[in-house]
Amino acid sequence: MDLYFLELFFSGLTRGGIYTLIALGYTMVYGIIGLINFAHGEIYMIAAFIGLTFAGIFSILQFSLISILLIAVFFAMLFSAAYGYTIEKTAYKPLRQASRLAPLISAIGMSIFLREYVILAQTPDFLAFPMLFGDLELPEFMMDFIQPTETIIILVSFFLVGILLLFIKHTKTGKAMRAISQDREMAMLLGVNSDKIISFTFMVGSLLAAFGAILISAHIGQINYNIGFIIGIKAFTAAVLGGIGSIPGAALGGLTLGLIESFATGYISSDYEDVFAFGILVLILIFKPAGFLGKKEHKKV
Amino acid sequence: MKLRIIHSLIITFWFMLLCFPLVVLKIDYLEKSIRFRWINLFLTGLCVFFISLLWRYFLSRRRKYFLRLPEHFFDLHQSRLIRSKPFLFIFSLVFLSLPLILPNYHTSILITAMIYVVLGLGLNIVVGLAGLLDLGYAAFFAIGGYSFALLNHYFGFGFWASLPIAASLACLGGVLLGIPVLRLRGDYLAIVTLGFGEIIRLILENWEAFTKGPSGIPDLPKPGLFGIQLDFYSSTIYLYYLLILCMLAAILVTKRLSYSKTGRAWVALREDEIAAQSMGIDTTKTKLTAFGIGAFWAGIVGAFFASKNSFVDPSSFTFHESAIILSIVVLGGMGSILGVILATMILVLLPEYLRFLESYRMLIFGAIMVIMMVFRPEGLVKSVRQQYDFKNLK
Repeated sequence: MDLYFLELFFSGLTRGGIYTLIALGYTMVYGIIGLINFAHGEIYMIAAFIGLTFAGIFSILQFSLISILLIAVFFAMLFSAAYGYTIEKTAYKPLRQASRLAPLISAIGMSIFLREYVILAQTPDFLAFPMLFGDLELPEFMMDFIQPTETIIILVSFFLVGILLLFIKHTKTGKAMRAISQDREMAMLLGVNSDKIISFTFMVGSLLAAFGAILISAHIGQINYNIGFIIGIKAFTAAVLGGIGSIPGAALGGLTLGLIESFATGYISSDYEDVFAFGILVLILIFKPAGFLGKKEHKKV
Repeated sequence: MKLRIIHSLIITFWFMLLCFPLVVLKIDYLEKSIRFRWINLFLTGLCVFFISLLWRYFLSRRRKYFLRLPEHFFDLHQSRLIRSKPFLFIFSLVFLSLPLILPNYHTSILITAMIYVVLGLGLNIVVGLAGLLDLGYAAFFAIGGYSFALLNHYFGFGFWASLPIAASLACLGGVLLGIPVLRLRGDYLAIVTLGFGEIIRLILENWEAFTKGPSGIPDLPKPGLFGIQLDFYSSTIYLYYLLILCMLAAILVTKRLSYSKTGRAWVALREDEIAAQSMGIDTTKTKLTAFGIGAFWAGIVGAFFASKNSFVDPSSFTFHESAIILSIVVLGGMGSILGVILATMILVLLPEYLRFLESYRMLIFGAIMVIMMVFRPEGLVKSVRQQYDFKNLK
């Protein structure tokens, strides 16, 4: 294997990791209330801005780099979970009984609102994001094909997906989440507080997105109000690719999408990066309409 | 009342906390300084307090004020006033004379609004009647606009020569998109159409040799009028009347179609695909006609749009555009023609005339979308199904 291939492979894994972290938010919310939460990409964006603000405060206070990183991640997660919670309560909760399209439009409106809010409150321009990872060193032979930040992103995202899977599988809340996604009414009859679980799902999704936002912003080094949109759409694509509603599916879809994009840009052309992503999506869905790991819906007559 | 105020104060406090890092703090990295903008926090708090009071008040009375209202108030289809001849006459007279009274700027805004009405009607066929969620509708709009632009640029075609080609290409695009996605249901369909929309836009953006890329194609002609030379002012008015015709045609066709065999097949498909199938409806054909006819209208107004701006570029056909058109359909009330027109007034004219609010305009726009959905989720006008009056049949 040549080095160029490996380089593309790892940069694909990095992208895939980030897509996965965001896709998890889409897929969990979809699994539970069947809503495409278009405001999720904006939560990612807001998390990046909040991370930047707190990183700024603590770098002025002369904290060390690693503590700044941890503080930025902590506050970004805290606030984005709060944002996710608030958005759910204002824009989606009153619409529980409405038709399926109403919350979708509400989500689109919310996403426009949040973008404008960030433009007004902060700036429409690009902002530099500090390189919070500092100068990490990797063994000599690895430096040829993988950047140190990439290793961190890949490891952290795998770790988080693992934790989430364990959480869903083994805790009581996780069980309640699965129960609600299978049959909400039945779960409620059996004493699951569905509103609480739904809020919780939004919060978990948001803080995963926040994690992804800080990691990738510190890797790329700049943010603006628009970063949430395209990555949100792609993460949603990844969620659908893996079979929406399924958590391992989101990881699989995210990695597939990241790798495809990376190889297509590297070997074919970088202009059509996004075309490949969407083209593959269309192709896969035509041959496998429920995604990789999605359950096939059998309609009863 | 006291309880309500306390509750609103808690909410205000919560929102102030949420907003704090973005609204108050502003970090300057180069100078290593933090600016505190406390006044913003105060203003936000004030706004949130009053909005939350109103919000909670109306939300608890939503059923009374908003959901039950349609029978008397929003049910415009049955309204005597709207159906009465004098009203229609005066309304159309005012509407027809508007461009002669108003300055050109307003005429041009009204043209944009009518373009969106037709787009809304087209998407209404796909989403409202046939129940196929399409998130990439702007792609067909783009196909229409670019067909005209490219035909004009490379072959010197005029507007009228390009119009049928633009419309048929868009229609073809609709059918071509329809074929592979026939098997998909609900949200998978939504994401594939979204992907399709993005692919079209990205191709337009990146195929620089053919489409001129992001810089777009300039110098497109206005529609000709039997070879008469029109100045800028009168050509806008001419375009206004053309679009009225186009809009009327779209309304008429949609209305007739929705009562036809095809239209009823669409509705049947929306309600229950399996039941429709077992009643002998050819789902393939029905879905494809919905996609095709929906795209057809987008193609037509795409050409109008390009001609009106005398310029096209890919940035006019983003996902945002598709989202706005979809919002028009849902906000208006799925399947309702009158609803589409009313929703366009709100979603297209409102941002135009809110320009004095400058940067707050889109913020308010997004908020209005949320508020409208929360308080009236089934849309402004409830769509009425045709009912047969058995008593008077004899």
